[in-house]
Amino acid sequence: MNTRMICTECPKGCALSVTVHDGRVISVRGNECNRGVHFAHQEIENPKRLLTSTVCAEGLSVRMVPVRTDRPIPKDKLQEGMALIHTLRIKDPVNIGEVIVTRFLDLDVNLISTRSVK
Amino acid sequence: MREYELVIVGGGPAGMAAALSAREHGINDILLLERDRCLGGILNQCIHPGFGITYYKEILTGPEYAERFIKGIHAAPEIDVRLQAFVVDLNKEKIMTVLRPGSMERIKAKALIMATGCRERTREMAHIAGTRPSGIYPAGLAQKMINMEGWLPGNEVVVVGSGDIGLIMARRFSLEGAMVKGVVEIKPTCSGLIRNVVQCLEDFNIPLYLGHKIARICGHDRVERVTVVRVNDDLNEIPGSAFDITCDTVLLSAGLIPENELIEMAGVKIDKNTNTPISDEVNTTSIPGLFVCGNAFKVYDVVDWVTKDSEEAGIQAALYIKRNP
Repeated sequence: MNTRMICTECPKGCALSVTVHDGRVISVRGNECNRGVHFAHQEIENPKRLLTSTVCAEGLSVRMVPVRTDRPIPKDKLQEGMALIHTLRIKDPVNIGEVIVTRFLDLDVNLISTRSVK
Repeated sequence: MREYELVIVGGGPAGMAAALSAREHGINDILLLERDRCLGGILNQCIHPGFGITYYKEILTGPEYAERFIKGIHAAPEIDVRLQAFVVDLNKEKIMTVLRPGSMERIKAKALIMATGCRERTREMAHIAGTRPSGIYPAGLAQKMINMEGWLPGNEVVVVGSGDIGLIMARRFSLEGAMVKGVVEIKPTCSGLIRNVVQCLEDFNIPLYLGHKIARICGHDRVERVTVVRVNDDLNEIPGSAFDITCDTVLLSAGLIPENELIEMAGVKIDKNTNTPISDEVNTTSIPGLFVCGNAFKVYDVVDWVTKDSEEAGIQAALYIKRNP
């Protein structure tokens, strides 16, 4: 079976033509770089997205600390991830890249700060 | 009056790249003026990923991309940074008046780089009929409210225009629990990146109405609904095609206008259609030694190219300073 999809790895948005057999990717065409192959496999076998959001800060120099998952998480876990993020508060200064939640949603993924905040 | 070799107005990605590049090319008396409380500009509110793929060969969020430059600026003693500094006038001798809390100062620049970015087009500029209730926001302002202030400006949202900021905000509102009822685009094609149609609209089952426009916004105190119509090839309403969408919020993603009123005040020739300087070379203007870079020079799709071209502005300014001692 041939499926068409847009690679969302970068702003180029390559139009991929993906051959799929029994839920597995056989070949990928239309990709300008290797990330396209990885993307096609992931999108067919277990679609994932990077989750980016903000966490409320208390007593810091900004109101909101931007955060992201350090790896993409399953697409169907995005809303569950948001529900957890809404319960969080950051009260101490954080550095960029610092882990806010380890094993986010019991996945092999951390939630990290994307900004240094004093 | 204090005179600097190089003054840069705007501490976003363009201004920071220009400052670091000028310093690398031998300029060691640089003043960087930023009107906000911190450097980084619009990147601070762009918390989504997709920055740095060309420049760093990595996928970063806006704040992560900004912080690499902010660290470089703070590590450079040649670059004097003033925050909450607002330039209110400028003349052709490159003398400007700078307001800061509690002070007003005249500053002269041997070379000047304006990196003042863009502002958003408003509902009035987009010519949308109807009443004037609350709940109508430019998409970038809504982005600032959610990502910087922690306010959710509405619960049922219609996005007008399919620019990237509008698509990204459709996803952001959805993640925050609001209902995004559709994106309405007058043209037959989407203006934003195709990847954003996939990951911002299709992932969240948000309808994209291509070839449609908002005929009117209705509501007394708050937006209550919008009337949407289909348009023909001449972008005129097709009679009988109207339908209503109930909503409490309308987001406008109707394009950006480069902010060039200061250089216009100084006498730089401006193209009134694009609000950008008339120029035959990147970053230059009709006044020698007065450069414009980043989104103020032209509206870019990707910040990586802003960085590249703004580094060039730093080199151009350094050359000008060396040739005009």
